[in-house]
Amino acid sequence: MISLLYALASLGVFALVAGIVLAIAQKLFHIEGDPMVEKLDALLPQTQCGQCGYPGCKPYATAVASGEADVNHCVPGGERTMLQIADLMGVEPKDLEAEPAAPMLAFVREDECIGCTLCIKACPVDAIVGAPKQYHTVIADHCTGCNLCVEPCPVDCIDMLMKPELIEHWSWPLPDTKRAQLGHERREQHAGHG
Amino acid sequence: MPAMVRKLAQRLGMLQHSFVGGVHPNMHKLTADVAIEECDIAPVHVLPMKQHIGEICSPLVAVGDLVLRGQKIARSEGYLSVPVHAPTSGRVVKIEEHTIPHPSGMGLPSIFIESDGDDKSDESIAPISDWINTDPTQLRERARKCGLAGLGGAVFPTFIKLVQDKRFPIETVILNGIECEPYLTNDHRLMLEHAEEILEGMAIIMHMVGADSGIIAVEDNKQNAADSMQQALDARSDMDGVVVHVLPTRYPQGSEKQLIYTLTGREVPAGKLPMHIGVLSQNIGTTKALFDAVMLGKPLTERTVTVSGDALAKPSNLLVRLGTPVRSLFARQGLDDFSGIQIVHGGPMMGERLKNPDFPVVKSSTGLLAMSLQAMKAAHTVEQPCIRCGHCSEACPISLVPNLLADQCRSDQFEKAAQYDLFDCIECGACSYVCPSNIPLVHYFRYGKGQLALQRREDSFAEASRKRSETRDARIEREKAEKAARRSQVRKTHAPKTDEAKAETDAETKTGGEAGVADSKATESKD
Ligand code: SF4
Ligand code: SF4
Ligand code: SF4
Ligand code: SF4
Repeated sequence: MISLLYALASLGVFALVAGIVLAIAQKLFHIEGDPMVEKLDALLPQTQCGQCGYPGCKPYATAVASGEADVNHCVPGGERTMLQIADLMGVEPKDLEAEPAAPMLAFVREDECIGCTLCIKACPVDAIVGAPKQYHTVIADHCTGCNLCVEPCPVDCIDMLMKPELIEHWSWPLPDTKRAQLGHERREQHAGHG
Repeated sequence: MPAMVRKLAQRLGMLQHSFVGGVHPNMHKLTADVAIEECDIAPVHVLPMKQHIGEICSPLVAVGDLVLRGQKIARSEGYLSVPVHAPTSGRVVKIEEHTIPHPSGMGLPSIFIESDGDDKSDESIAPISDWINTDPTQLRERARKCGLAGLGGAVFPTFIKLVQDKRFPIETVILNGIECEPYLTNDHRLMLEHAEEILEGMAIIMHMVGADSGIIAVEDNKQNAADSMQQALDARSDMDGVVVHVLPTRYPQGSEKQLIYTLTGREVPAGKLPMHIGVLSQNIGTTKALFDAVMLGKPLTERTVTVSGDALAKPSNLLVRLGTPVRSLFARQGLDDFSGIQIVHGGPMMGERLKNPDFPVVKSSTGLLAMSLQAMKAAHTVEQPCIRCGHCSEACPISLVPNLLADQCRSDQFEKAAQYDLFDCIECGACSYVCPSNIPLVHYFRYGKGQLALQRREDSFAEASRKRSETRDARIEREKAEKAARRSQVRKTHAPKTDEAKAETDAETKTGGEAGVADSKATESKD
């Protein structure tokens, strides 16, 4: 009888300890949100432009993760992002709906800006600075070229300009030999058909 | 020793320190016996605001300003940068973008100086002839102030290397007189004609970094240069720790890490600098420029350039002011018509191939070559399939597998190429040179490196944008919460205190509350 009590007690203590450890582990290693969504979001260009039909990259990632959206809706991400998403989701790659446009940059014509702060509120990445009633400026290094600030501006003083090409960022093109182009095309076809 | 045996010995480590791989291109040192000629001053000089590795400079002068030779006309911005000086006296006529020798054919903001013909110098920088009793940091500042950058072509700001760091004491100073690129002979001529100055420059470097031993490395196709340096060395009593090493000619022996390994048997680990293994290597032209800066108080306003190539009638070594239009230099050597000609800036193995000669001489201009298009194209148009002969791997001084890397780059498998050490490639061109199938291997590597750099840039920008967007969302969330808190606070203070009072003001609060809701809706829609 005593030994049975001992066994029960020791089991009980063990269960208690294990429970506590598990509870702590749960707290410590808890992952915010859905890991798939996080992984998908990490692949997206974070332009937050909404061209995918969702109000930003994270919502699109959520939609893809749940199977609601296709893998080929992110325009700025281009081929590379689409392939990565398809890889991650384990589905066939699909052709992109539109070619990504050349990278753009917003520019506020400062003498026309009335300081209404509407563009600041529209910018998803806080790339516009300026106090109310004073002219506003775009921080060129932060602007993703998403276009979202153009519409709200009541005096139309925001232009989207081509992002200037920096000589430091210039990169070598593929050699212009036949084999180079062939190899490249093969790879692209490959990508297109899984 | 037959090449096969030597390579085997190298790979087995039997040959005393000698870098692996390498090739023996035809050296075409057409100008080895042509003395350095001083070039006439051009009517207009073009000075790009960046002629070094690092951050771009900003102009200190305005259009219309008069400048003297050696006057600082652009200030360095940031640490990794050196200023730009006027190459002759004259007037600033323009500040605008101009093409620079870069494979993209793009330009940089440049200062245009119209020379007045007097060539008056700015004397404000005094010589430091007593350098031996001068604090190394002061000499280092002099090297920076005089705009010195590696004249071997890499143009790394010189002053950065000339430092005494307690953690990494420099034991050996290497004077790199290898000049292993075909055609180029300017370091060769400098060693023949200015041995004493170069040696003095080396002594200054050794004093600056606190080293006692030094090696002057010369390839055996320039025996006379080695002799000249030896002679100058024998004439000095204060440089006992310095020796002249003559090495068998092999490309790319002059590449810094390869040379250091050959001379010292020590390998510079990937991502580290020579100083981390106690070695400092300096190019001949840079050392001469350091002499000029310290002993004569002369900022860097000129350099020696080998103007050569199989399509040039009169190849030569020229002492040229920085900013001189390259077209005029070719014209001076008898070349005006550039049809069917490939211009190369630098050497034929690693230099930039440019479409036209409309760019100025800059600090990195070791050579200017006019090559017949046939000669250049023969090597690089019809790319054949790889026959897996392995010549490219044998030639590679880094022991990479070029044919594999090229395959990966061609099919956009950049990450894979990076795993196979694509970024360790020094773009020496030895592999392309030996490939019997004419595969432009280095070009593939440059393409791959560029694409990877682009992807990494995009990824880090996306990461930064995500952070910014998350911060913004969090802020909006917080502001909403604060507003809600304020509102409930307001509601609470206006709320009736007692049950009796409550009954009295019931109707009032109700309307007030509704107004509050309407109000908050209004503000939200404004948001
Ligand atoms: S289209 Fe791409 S970049 Fe734009 S919001 Fe959607 S996922 Fe983000
Ligand atoms: S500044 Fe305009 S274009 Fe640039 S990120 Fe902000 S909203 Fe988009
Ligand atoms: S270019 Fe690169 S891969 Fe080719 S031999 Fe030189 S270091 Fe090796
Ligand atoms: S040298 Fe050319 S053909 Fe030979 S293995 Fe290398 S890439 Fe292939």
